Amino acid sequence: MNIDSIQNGYVLDHIKAGRSMDIYRYLNLNDLDCSVAIIKNVKSNKMGRKDIIKIDSLIALDLTVLGYIDPGITINVIRDGRLEEKQPLALPHKIVNIIKCKNPRCITSAEPQLDSIFLLSRKANGKRAYRCAYCETEHKR
Amino acid sequence: MRHLIDITDLSVQEVDELIATAEDIIQDPAKYAEVCRHKKLATLFFEPSTRTRLSFEAAMLDLGGSTLGFSEAQSSSAAKGETVGDTVRVVGGYADIIAMRHPKEGAPLAATQVSTVPVINAGDGGHNHPTQTLTDLLTIHKERGSLSGFTIGCCGDLKFGRTVHSLVNALSRYSGIRFVFISPPELKIPLYLKENTIEPNGLPYAETESLEDAMPDLDILYMTRVQRERFFNEADYLRLRDTYILDPAKLAAAKLDMRILHPLPRVNEITVDVDKDPRAAYFRQAVYGKFIRMALIMKLLEVQP
Repeated sequence: MNIDSIQNGYVLDHIKAGRSMDIYRYLNLNDLDCSVAIIKNVKSNKMGRKDIIKIDSLIALDLTVLGYIDPGITINVIRDGRLEEKQPLALPHKIVNIIKCKNPRCITSAEPQLDSIFLLSRKANGKRAYRCAYCETEHKR
Repeated sequence: MRHLIDITDLSVQEVDELIATAEDIIQDPAKYAEVCRHKKLATLFFEPSTRTRLSFEAAMLDLGGSTLGFSEAQSSSAAKGETVGDTVRVVGGYADIIAMRHPKEGAPLAATQVSTVPVINAGDGGHNHPTQTLTDLLTIHKERGSLSGFTIGCCGDLKFGRTVHSLVNALSRYSGIRFVFISPPELKIPLYLKENTIEPNGLPYAETESLEDAMPDLDILYMTRVQRERFFNEADYLRLRDTYILDPAKLAAAKLDMRILHPLPRVNEITVDVDKDPRAAYFRQAVYGKFIRMALIMKLLEVQP
C-alpha cells in the first residue's frame, strides 16, 4: 500500500492502533480541505500495531489536545519534504470541549452550550488529574 | 475588572486588607455612608436565601448605593429557560455589580465569561461561598485577634457544605492552622480538597466521627447544618440530620476562649440554650457579614471614602 510522502504538513505517528478516528474527530480534521491520510494497523517494532495520520498542509492545528488523548503520539513537522522537528507532547494545562463534566450539579449539565473546560491539577500523590473549571470535579477516564 | 468566584481569587494580603477595611467600617460607619452613591447592586438569587441576600442589600444601602434583583429562579427569566450568561449580559446594563447565588456549581464562573460588571459568587450549589468565608475570617479575627495558630474543628456536613470548603481553602494559607474534620462517613470532606489544598500545603488534619473527642482541642468550632436540599434521597437526609447536636453538656469540655461559628440558618444542630454562652459567636458572625460585604463591594467597584 502506497501513500505519497508529504512536502509540507504533519505526520502523527505512534498512535495506538484503533485510535486514529478518535483523533480525526478531536482535531476536526473533517473540516480541512487538504489531503488527510489515515493509515490503520501499521506494523510497528515498538508497538506491534499502530495508526498514523498524515496531514498534507501546515495549517494551524491545536495539537496540544493530543497530549491528553495519548501522550505517546509523535508529531513530526514536515517542511519542504524534510523532517523539520519532532514536537514533544505534554499534558496540556487546559483542554476545551474535549471531555464533558459528569457532575449532575455542574452548570455545564444544565447549560450544554457552555465551553467544557478542564484544567490540569497535581494531586498530593504526584499524579495529575483534569478537573472541571466550573465545579472542580475530577474527570475519570 | 475583578470578580470574586473562589476565595483564592483574593491574595492573603487582599483578604487582610478587606478585614482591616471592614473593621474600620465597624468603627466609623459614617465615613463610608456615601461611597457608593449612584451605584447599583443586582442580587441575582436563583436559589432562596435570607441572610446572604439581605446582607448584600444592607451592605450596598449602607454604602449609599441602591439594589435591584430577584430572590428565586421562578421570578426570573431562568424559569423560561434563559441561560445564566444571557441574564448577566442584560443585568450588566442595569447594575454596576452583581451578587449571584445559583444551585448549579460553577454558574457564577460561567457568568464571568460574558459579564461587563464585577460578579460576586454568593454561593454556587455545594461548591463555594467566598463571601461567607470572608465573613468567617472577619469573625475569627474580631473574636480571637488573629487568623493564625488555631485548631479549627469543622463539624457536620463536610461533603456538601460549601462554607467549609471555602473556609478550608482560605485558612490553609495562614500559618499554624490545624483542622479537625468531624462528620459521619457519608458526609466526609471531599477528596479534592484534601488532594488540592490540605495535603499540598502540608496542613495537619484529623478526621473523626466524635464531636466529644475533638472538643477539648478546638479554638474554633465551625458547626454546619445537614442541608436537605443537597440530598437526592430524603431517607439519607433523615438518617443523617441529627448526627451532631451541640448542647451545653458537650460545650462543657471546650476551652473557655473557644468560639462557635455557624453560617446559619440553624435547624437543630445547636440547641438554643447554647446561644447565651459567650463562646457562641454565630449571631455576631451574621452581623459581621454585612461589613465584610461592604468592604468587598468597595474593592470591586474601586471606590474609597
